[in-house]
Amino acid sequence: MSDYQLNHLRELESESIYVIREVAAQFDRPVLLFSGGKDSIVMFYLARKAFWPAKVPFPLMHIDTGHNFPETLEFRDKLMEKTGAKCIVRYVQDTIDQGKVVEETGPGASRNVLQTVTLLDAIEELKFDAAMGGGRRDEEKARAKERFFSHRDVFGQWDPKNQRPELWNLFNGRKKIGEHFRVFPLSNWTEMDIWQYIYMENVEIPSLYFTHEREVFFRDGVWLATAPFMELKKGEKPVVKKVRCRTIGDITNTGLTLSEAHTVLDIIKEVAVTRTTERGGRADDKRSDAAMEDRKKEGYF
Amino acid sequence: MSDLIEGYLNMQLLRFTTAGSVDDGKSTLIGRLLYDSKAIFEDQLEAIERASERSGAEEVNLALLTDGLRAEREQGITIDVAYRYFATPKRKFIIADTPGHVQYTRNMVTGASTANVAVILVDARHGVLEQTIRHAYIASLLRIPHLIVCVNKMDLVGFSEKVFEDIKTKFNSLAGKLDIQDVRFVPISAKYGDNVVDRSEQTPWYEGPTLMYLLETIHISSDYNHTLQRFPVQYVIRPQSDKYVDFRGYAGRIASGIFKPGDPVTVLPSGLTSHIRSIETMNGKFDVAFPPQSVLFTLEDDIDISRGDMIVGENNKPRTGDEVELMLCWLNETPLKLGGKYYLKHTTNDLRCMVTDVDYKIDINTLNKLHDDKSVSLNEIARVKIKTTKPLFFDSYRINRTTGSLILIDEATNNTVGAGMII
Repeated sequence: MSDYQLNHLRELESESIYVIREVAAQFDRPVLLFSGGKDSIVMFYLARKAFWPAKVPFPLMHIDTGHNFPETLEFRDKLMEKTGAKCIVRYVQDTIDQGKVVEETGPGASRNVLQTVTLLDAIEELKFDAAMGGGRRDEEKARAKERFFSHRDVFGQWDPKNQRPELWNLFNGRKKIGEHFRVFPLSNWTEMDIWQYIYMENVEIPSLYFTHEREVFFRDGVWLATAPFMELKKGEKPVVKKVRCRTIGDITNTGLTLSEAHTVLDIIKEVAVTRTTERGGRADDKRSDAAMEDRKKEGYF
Repeated sequence: MSDLIEGYLNMQLLRFTTAGSVDDGKSTLIGRLLYDSKAIFEDQLEAIERASERSGAEEVNLALLTDGLRAEREQGITIDVAYRYFATPKRKFIIADTPGHVQYTRNMVTGASTANVAVILVDARHGVLEQTIRHAYIASLLRIPHLIVCVNKMDLVGFSEKVFEDIKTKFNSLAGKLDIQDVRFVPISAKYGDNVVDRSEQTPWYEGPTLMYLLETIHISSDYNHTLQRFPVQYVIRPQSDKYVDFRGYAGRIASGIFKPGDPVTVLPSGLTSHIRSIETMNGKFDVAFPPQSVLFTLEDDIDISRGDMIVGENNKPRTGDEVELMLCWLNETPLKLGGKYYLKHTTNDLRCMVTDVDYKIDINTLNKLHDDKSVSLNEIARVKIKTTKPLFFDSYRINRTTGSLILIDEATNNTVGAGMII
């Protein structure tokens, strides 16, 4: 019987493909949220597998904060060209220009919270009824209770106390007009699983994940990249270090890891001995103990 | 490839659920497993230490690690299923952590539905209680293949062998009534770590394995049914590209059985027959497909097949019918409406049904059958009859957890209100 046994990566892959196909079957207008980070890259890769040899039957969408690493955008455009997929882009800058949100100012300013408004506007404008995200339950404690199929009311809000029970692999995507779902095909993956899978399947990822020299500064225990829109506090001095990204968000809240990792194998070894979680470098989660829970209720990714 | 990577790529995945009330130290046990297997990262530990200080606890409270949402941290109870992950060099684990209060039977059922193993906690001071019976009953109802009973807080009963043996005897007599196949017992102290990951020196009389050893080695390869060929069609793939002009593939996840190219198959409900031509994936063709793989079949003959149909082995077909009997766990505040209509999801099939009869209800604390009470409310379990708008192709839940399970959905609210296990 041991011949008929999957390893954990193949089992996770199979589960995610099942979920993605279920989304395509149950919803009229699904969209895959793409950030250019490793999780959304793996999710898109799995979507391609799910419908091969046909094309992925839904578009991707990138919510652009305007504070991206240039490497991320370059990678995104190349990947779309290579796969023939379509990526819709919506800009947080437009939401700001429309006067819908007010930009934070000063050191520590971030567009992280603002992008929720851009995202919800885009979902309404383009009438998406299911938005797939690369969120994983191991990332953060509020995510640990998230369903694969997560119901959102007409305001795009999540009600963590009133979630639909999710049994076996029977996913209930029924909804009323104006409501939508967030779907998390990678729910059961850990950071390590993602890296092992990237290694096993030889999935292409942006160069930012590998060691490179970059001008950085140290704030609140985290190395951040310098950029024209990053305001330095007194005493913060830019220095050049060998770093890599452990997650890719926008520049304002992506903590960089001092690293010599040149290959995926190096990264796996690094992750295996690392003593902090990958979100430990995310300034957006440090705002309070329940920061993620609060943002998710409002309709965050 | 280095040994390290080789090892990582060949791990098995084990899903387990934990049942027990707050007082049983369930969250502490999970915290202990994560802590001793080094899955708690430094920044998470710091956050717990901060939170422990705030709530006035003296020691680091490992339970805070699993209590995710703000309301739960404030009330000190776990109110929903939370999923936790850790890995040892042998296996990757997914824990469905569910609360044990009476009112949360629905969460326990949810967590149990995909589990290979159920870990049930018993407080050594209190022994087998009503809630232990409830947890064991749910584990048996949901057909979790393996049960591990952890007799916890052994430190508070002086690590007494007699206490442990008494609980074992009492539980075994219960398990006999419940049709549970594989039960193991481990005396532990979650708080101090005895027999959780490392063997305890306090229990020289106990010669069995630690909890972690059991989790790492319990045989789960045969938890899937490998004999009945069942492939619910999830999605039809038609690329309509120049390269794949006439390609027509049937995407889905193998529910049970082993499929190979050349196998004779029948398509339900049409009853038309064909042979499997190929099993396709983006990584190339497969010689064989087995549960729970997501694959793509092509058939030798051009048959009209759509989502909700099922491709099955020519011999050994599933049962077919529009009247089905099931054990139903009710998940919603609004009670079951006898004669009421519900949406029904079964494999990839969507249909409607009417609940035509409640045969009996189970008192889950005593396991008595209540024949006179036809009301089924939140967290109650009953044997019911349903009539469906079109025939279902199904197996008994006992032999196939995928083709034997279904959910009921309220037509007005769209909430998932019932979990059914076909008899």
